[in-house]
Amino acid sequence: MAKEEKTEAAEEVKEESKEPVKAEEEAGKEEEKSPEQLLEEVKPEEAAGEESAEESAEGQEEKKKAEVIEPEESHIFKQVKSIVFSMLSPKMIKDMASAKIVTPELYDKEGYPVDGGLMDIRLGVIDPGLRCKTCGSKLKECIGHFGYIELARSVIHVKFVAIILNLLKSTCRDCGRILIPKNKISKYKETLNQVEKEKGVEGRRKKIKDIITTLKTINKCPYCKARQKKIKLDKPTTFFEEEKRISPIEIRTRLEKITDEDTLLFGLVVPYARPEWMVLTFLPIPPVTMRPSITLESGERSEDDLTHKLGDIVRINQRLFENINAGAPEIIVEDLWDLLQYHISTFFDNAIAQLPPARHRSGQPLKTLTERIKSKEGRIRHNLAGKRTNFSARTVISPDPMIELNEVGVPDAIAMKLTVPEKVTKWNMEYLKKFIEKGPQKYPGANYIIRPDGKKKKITDETKEASLEEIQPGYTVERHLMDGDIAIFNRQPSLHRMSMMSHKIKVLPGRTLRLNPTVCHPYNADFDGDEMNLHIPQTEEARAEADILMEVQTQLISLRYGLSIIGCVQDAISGNYLLTKDMELSRNDALDLLAAIGVEDFSKLPRKERVDGKEVFSVLIPEDFNFTGKTRQDDEVAIKNGKLIEGYLDRSNLGEGSGLLLRNIHQKYGKEFTIDMLGKIFRLGIEVLLRRGFSSVVSDTDLPENARIKLNDVLNNAKKEVEHLISMYKDNKLESFPGKSLKGTLEIKILEVLNKARNETGKIVADFADKNSHTMIMAQSGARGNLLNLAQMAACVGQQAMRGKRIDKGFDERTLSAFKKDDLSPEARGFISNGFKSGLTPTEFFFGAMTGRDSLMDTALRTPKSGYLYRRLANALQDLKVEYDGTVRDASNNIVQFAYGEDGIDVSKSEKGSINVKRIIKSLI
Amino acid sequence: MDKTINEYEGKIPKKLLEGIREYLPKGTNHSKLKKILDKAVREYKDAKVHSGESVGIIAAESIGEPGTQMTLNTFHFAGVSEMNVTLGLPRIIEILDGRKQLKTPAMEIHLKAPYSKGKNIKEFALSIKETKLGEIALEFSISLVDSEIEVKLDKEKMKTLGLTNGQVVSSIAKQLKKFNVKDNKDSILLRSRAKEESLNEVYKAKESVKNIHLTGIKGISEVLPVKRGDEYLIVTSGSNLPEVLQLQGVDVYRTTTNNIFEIEKVFGVEAARRAIINEVYKVIENQGLNVDVRHIMLVADTMCFSGSVKGITRYGVVSEKASVLARASFETPIKHIINAALVGEVDDLNSVVENVMLNQPVPVGTGIPKLVTKSEK
Repeated sequence: MAKEEKTEAAEEVKEESKEPVKAEEEAGKEEEKSPEQLLEEVKPEEAAGEESAEESAEGQEEKKKAEVIEPEESHIFKQVKSIVFSMLSPKMIKDMASAKIVTPELYDKEGYPVDGGLMDIRLGVIDPGLRCKTCGSKLKECIGHFGYIELARSVIHVKFVAIILNLLKSTCRDCGRILIPKNKISKYKETLNQVEKEKGVEGRRKKIKDIITTLKTINKCPYCKARQKKIKLDKPTTFFEEEKRISPIEIRTRLEKITDEDTLLFGLVVPYARPEWMVLTFLPIPPVTMRPSITLESGERSEDDLTHKLGDIVRINQRLFENINAGAPEIIVEDLWDLLQYHISTFFDNAIAQLPPARHRSGQPLKTLTERIKSKEGRIRHNLAGKRTNFSARTVISPDPMIELNEVGVPDAIAMKLTVPEKVTKWNMEYLKKFIEKGPQKYPGANYIIRPDGKKKKITDETKEASLEEIQPGYTVERHLMDGDIAIFNRQPSLHRMSMMSHKIKVLPGRTLRLNPTVCHPYNADFDGDEMNLHIPQTEEARAEADILMEVQTQLISLRYGLSIIGCVQDAISGNYLLTKDMELSRNDALDLLAAIGVEDFSKLPRKERVDGKEVFSVLIPEDFNFTGKTRQDDEVAIKNGKLIEGYLDRSNLGEGSGLLLRNIHQKYGKEFTIDMLGKIFRLGIEVLLRRGFSSVVSDTDLPENARIKLNDVLNNAKKEVEHLISMYKDNKLESFPGKSLKGTLEIKILEVLNKARNETGKIVADFADKNSHTMIMAQSGARGNLLNLAQMAACVGQQAMRGKRIDKGFDERTLSAFKKDDLSPEARGFISNGFKSGLTPTEFFFGAMTGRDSLMDTALRTPKSGYLYRRLANALQDLKVEYDGTVRDASNNIVQFAYGEDGIDVSKSEKGSINVKRIIKSLI
Repeated sequence: MDKTINEYEGKIPKKLLEGIREYLPKGTNHSKLKKILDKAVREYKDAKVHSGESVGIIAAESIGEPGTQMTLNTFHFAGVSEMNVTLGLPRIIEILDGRKQLKTPAMEIHLKAPYSKGKNIKEFALSIKETKLGEIALEFSISLVDSEIEVKLDKEKMKTLGLTNGQVVSSIAKQLKKFNVKDNKDSILLRSRAKEESLNEVYKAKESVKNIHLTGIKGISEVLPVKRGDEYLIVTSGSNLPEVLQLQGVDVYRTTTNNIFEIEKVFGVEAARRAIINEVYKVIENQGLNVDVRHIMLVADTMCFSGSVKGITRYGVVSEKASVLARASFETPIKHIINAALVGEVDDLNSVVENVMLNQPVPVGTGIPKLVTKSEK
């Protein structure tokens, strides 16, 4: 066969500028572009201009014009400055290829890749032990090289069909000129440039579309006066000219005739794209490295989907060649040609509407080029915009109030797997040697040493001695995690920047990650089985950024609303509430309490036998702090000169997202002080509860007999009132509200009555419930639950509403078969008059379940919707930033705002979005 | 005193100066005032955004994160005095999408003196409401023999609306060119002009006849006079700002709609921007969530800065991006890459995703400053 000479021809392909840098990265990049959308490096002179001096990119291998300037030092990283997109010309396909593929066979009898086959080792190597014939590097070093096949008959590129159609319709079939008179061409060009200036490339694209649609109806060439015929596209790739099929070859010759000048009006810029390149004569073969085969357990090889598809193409192509050369009848040739067209079309995109997708033998569709790039699991979103990471851990979380807010408790098992690299210098050599001595099994030890040339060496009991000998400045030791190391802690969904904060590591026994319950809120974490991730930054830069920008104390003030986002929760609130409300304790107990939360300076505690809770709490407040605020019950809270002199503390002052107490402390004393104090306040609350005891009882919801009577009265009255309304409605005596139907009016009135009744029951419960019961304390302090919850337990659950109305769905004219038709009474329309404790009737229970299901559905539907909204927002706004001149600009330097938020104030540095002038004036007068 | 305060204009935002003026106790002496003002300036400077801060992402997070907490189907049912309006997440999505067709368009029509006191308010409201033929018709009947449509009229309803037969006939004639209209006292007869009209056509015509607009303002489907404070106004469902503003007695300065595109058409982008901010803020506030206006402003500004309102979709704001890769990483990557190849588009890697893709530092925040050092040979 002609195999030999062809191989020879292919071999003289030029050498490529390539850098043996991180192989995975390269592979990822190269897969991203389908062969004809080559990313070209450093563009032709006109466009390059000021970029001429820049260093060019890491070898993106098919960039012919790349000039790679060798870096002087190994630590100077090269940077990609820009990427040019263009189409591949047939010449380019040939030039960049390192092999011509002529046979569909993959391996010979020995399992060695066939020369000129799809796994040709000139296209890169995927077998360990083999060397690439083109660049001489081994597996993982060689990034792979393109090959090509010569198509026996040219074939249309599916992705360009729409453009080809436009070109054919709007150019002369004879002379190939665009159907615009000469004198108008320059005018059109001008408007296009104008549009581009105003609206960018996308705007130009739209304008071009408009121009082209006007051309489709012209049927006489203004140049050669030839009559134009109607051109039709039979999707996906067949073109007809007045019922007569035009072959791709003919199309190609027509496209060739279009002048460079005219192509501009179609939005094709000549050095980057020529019309005839849209009809393929050569097909580039992607390197093997982007379609590696997998060896199954049975030793069988399983080839990649792309290899399968390419195999089909090569096979049909060879058949077509043979048939043409043998002079086979035109019908056979054309059938094969169509088949080739099909295979090449599905090679680019296997989800074309009119084509049956190419399938595996198992019937599952092949994943070809388009499917590789597209969608969430595609290359762009999965591998390029999102990356995977090493040096990370994930387990269940559990609470530990005794560690600081900015600490994270790490189980020792994890601490011995994750490592921090430390560079050996002559000053820390002895220190690091101690870790090596301990080895990987004992804590704190080390797992690896890294030689200056980058070779990693595992430390084991055997190699320990040798490693100790070997180590010297310039080496790196990967030692175990230790207390105080910096880690980034994260919980999904990461909707916030507060979902990833830096914590200091604290190695603890156990098997879970521990965090202070105070920081649950920014992570939106609880301990019902949540898992969280831990990342260990590996470079000094990363550590510095994590420490300075991401640590918990830097994230105290929400950038969403300018108030503290971290505060006391649950028990800590009820504890502090009890303490500051009316607790008295002996001085000894107080000292005990304070010592337990880590206070060392007791001088602020008054020297008397019995101290009250406010005095104990005041020990934590700095001497010169003044504050006034309101509690949830609207009582005054006053702190004067560091003493809580009035009121008590509850959720509105200690909790997250409310009140200015924490915000003002942060403002005045800074972040370090605030988290320290918050940690102490938190523990104080818990210690108080520990010493006092705190548990809630079912009997907290018990009501005295007279309350029961009152409750029944209220409910019965409401029911009577509703009955009255219904009878009025039935007698047509009800007057309708403007704009509402009679029935609508009735519904509104009934709802009003029932809601009023429920609120009244709530009030009765509030009046009669024991104020000192723990359930009430929790509700009042805001630690958990509210009066409504209590009323629902003790008295009456209330109306169940769906879509803002009483329940009216179910059976014909009634909600449940337990009721008569047209029953409008409260109990037939979802009013639950029992409390949870007394228990619900079956119908009531059913209505409760209905609303419960409804709200479940709501959450299930909301999450993806809001997720998509968030993704769109983030994508649209991601490159807005504040410039040095205070303006907000986007990536193309367009000014979006002249001053951020009209006044330039950073929300996270403000007090609820503004500067508190009142406080300033007060502090100075 | 005012003079001293005025000196500080330009150094700190006007709002703060106003605040100082308001809260300043009377008789504060000059040096104290100076001190206060200086402190305000100092605090303002401390609170300014840092250069390079990626405010866009912050805004996106600040709106996206509470989005997960919003309810999906909230209906305003405060009772008598309100119209049904979409709220919660669907409304936010509607606004940010830049949708032209709203689920529940609504207006708040403020009125001038005699009406705002409640005079003739019901009549005024009714005159705005759009009436279609279907609403005043008792019956539509088709005579098969001579392909005629007979519309029986509800005389009582017509009276309350102040409509006469003649008016109805003329407006039908205007909008239905194919038919001859004949007044028959209690009914109106419609006969096709074409000699042989197929029955099918007549049936079709019957449906379209129902939608013939008679009086009021197009698009306003419901009206409701409401007392707010000590003033009467009209809330409507359905919206038609340009025509409502032309009415006598309407307070042009305060009448609004929730349709941002109508506002843009009538008052321009700046007003549309403000409308976006107000509408989004209203929804978020209604949900009991706390989001600073600045974030909403930034979103509104990105939607409007190009000169017209664009939604945050692949057809709107995202399609305006300069970077090919940034567009490709959002939606429809193949389309963007192919279009880029045709013109030889250059991606200068100025924004965030492209640099993430290439493992390079991103040009926001700490990615901006560069350090230049001489290295020892």
